[in-house]
Amino acid sequence: MILEVQNVSKNFGGLQALLNISFSLPEHQILGLIGPNGAGKTTLFNVINGVFPPSRGTILFRDEDITGLKPYDIARKGMARTHQIVKPLNELTVRENVMVGACFGHKALGLHQARLVADEVLEFLGLNNRADQIAASLNIAQKKRLEMARALASQPYLLLLDEVLAGLNPSEIAAMVETILQIRQQGVTIIMIEHVMHAVMNVSDRIIVLDYGQQIAEGTPEEIAHNPKVIEAYLGDPKLAQRLQEGNGYGDTRGE
Amino acid sequence: MNAWRTPGIWVALLVILAIGLMPIVLKSDATREVVFTVLLSVALASSLNIILGYTGYVSFGHIVFFGLGGYVGLYALNVVGLPLWMAISAGGLAAGLLAFLLGKAILRLRGAYFALATIGINEAMRAFVINFPAFGGAIGISLNFRIYREYGGATSALWLTYYLMVAFTLLAVALSYAIKTSKFGLGLIAIRENEDAAEVMGVVTPNAKTWAYVLSAIIPGMVGVLFYFKNGNIEPGDAFRLHFSIELLVMVMLGGFGTVVGPILGAAGYQRLRGILLTTPVLKDIQLVVAGVLLLLIILFIPSGAVGWLRHRFPKLRQVLP
Repeated sequence: MILEVQNVSKNFGGLQALLNISFSLPEHQILGLIGPNGAGKTTLFNVINGVFPPSRGTILFRDEDITGLKPYDIARKGMARTHQIVKPLNELTVRENVMVGACFGHKALGLHQARLVADEVLEFLGLNNRADQIAASLNIAQKKRLEMARALASQPYLLLLDEVLAGLNPSEIAAMVETILQIRQQGVTIIMIEHVMHAVMNVSDRIIVLDYGQQIAEGTPEEIAHNPKVIEAYLGDPKLAQRLQEGNGYGDTRGE
Repeated sequence: MNAWRTPGIWVALLVILAIGLMPIVLKSDATREVVFTVLLSVALASSLNIILGYTGYVSFGHIVFFGLGGYVGLYALNVVGLPLWMAISAGGLAAGLLAFLLGKAILRLRGAYFALATIGINEAMRAFVINFPAFGGAIGISLNFRIYREYGGATSALWLTYYLMVAFTLLAVALSYAIKTSKFGLGLIAIRENEDAAEVMGVVTPNAKTWAYVLSAIIPGMVGVLFYFKNGNIEPGDAFRLHFSIELLVMVMLGGFGTVVGPILGAAGYQRLRGILLTTPVLKDIQLVVAGVLLLLIILFIPSGAVGWLRHRFPKLRQVLP
């Protein structure tokens, strides 16, 4: 197992953001993390990569307890992530941005090596013709790819992708999905938070569904697609339509 | 290191050297005094730039390292009887040590909180020195004139401090450039641009920030010894004067923070301006007001300073203008 999350809870004051999350992730898999807005998906990423310490529970990364370590400690152990709200280093060039990942992440390369790796990764993600531009000048799709490039340049074991498809057009999504599959092919394990359902259903080996900070379902994409709890979380009461047809559902729901 | 093949840094160092040689060639004491002040500003502004420009942390009380260095240096010369080079090292060491301890304590603060804390430290240090008998309390330390005799009398001691000042200015600029082009420097700039992102990418931010602070403090500590050795005495009121800190900020902002050349141009430009203001009867009393207005105008209209503006305007310059 590359990652084991055991009974992890996180609360911010009175707000229970995560409650008793447990899962384990074998190497070379893609795990999809889905759920409605505010379900706690990004919080789970923040807890896994050390941005927030969990309130309770344990996290093992490559059989080592990383609970409560700082993000930079965890990055150096071989975990990298992207941000849903992109965080480019605006005044640095695209290449320098990627070099930061290569220099300080898992492999901790020297500047010269980092430059070579950065160029390789930029080529892989199709940003090579932007390498000398400053990061601020990229558009949103390019910034998302830059986030990925920085994460990949550290040559991680585990990659956390936070909504890399959001805001992309269909052809960009197709290209990005292809890229994600290629990254897995290179031996990187991936957890991805995603709202674009058809994409996450296609690429994930397994999926975990969060709702209000709780893990309401876990399984293969097919199992998840037919799970009534999941449908309820996304669409509300699955029996609602049926009851409406029977003519007695209207009053009930209004009473709730 | 291919970073040292960039012509820009050599041009900068040669210009400093040329200006530094001017009083020697002219054999002029007056020119020497003017150039000394300019070089001092260049060295201080370049050092401040490491924490302010590269790392993005505003140190409002940076003059505290200069003053502390001066005190430790004069104490070492006068009371302990150490030679000048050891006094200079002691001044640098003391400033570096203070920065290290402060870094551990206050660099957890971000943004304005850190800036406020640095002002507090400057004031606290002044209060401490006033009540510290070994440093002469409120009176300060006056250098025993016999000490100049070891360096061939007062006149040649003045020239000696001048040569050392040229050397330390070159060192400050070279250090600034070495940091900027290093892996360590890349980490600092990552912190400036987005500290959270830097952490997630593996930059050990507490250590990087502390070392940046230490490196930005050592040269001010050393040139503090030089300045007060030349001056002959040091007092708490002079040594920890907050407006010097603010003038340093103006210099860095004027030239362009985060660039190597910026603080050089900014320091030279500001000192030139200050010279003009001080010799113009109408303006001589409001010299600091002008500095304040200047800072305001820079932040409003060219926040990246002269060199930053040029680099934005002409992206080609990025490669040649460090």
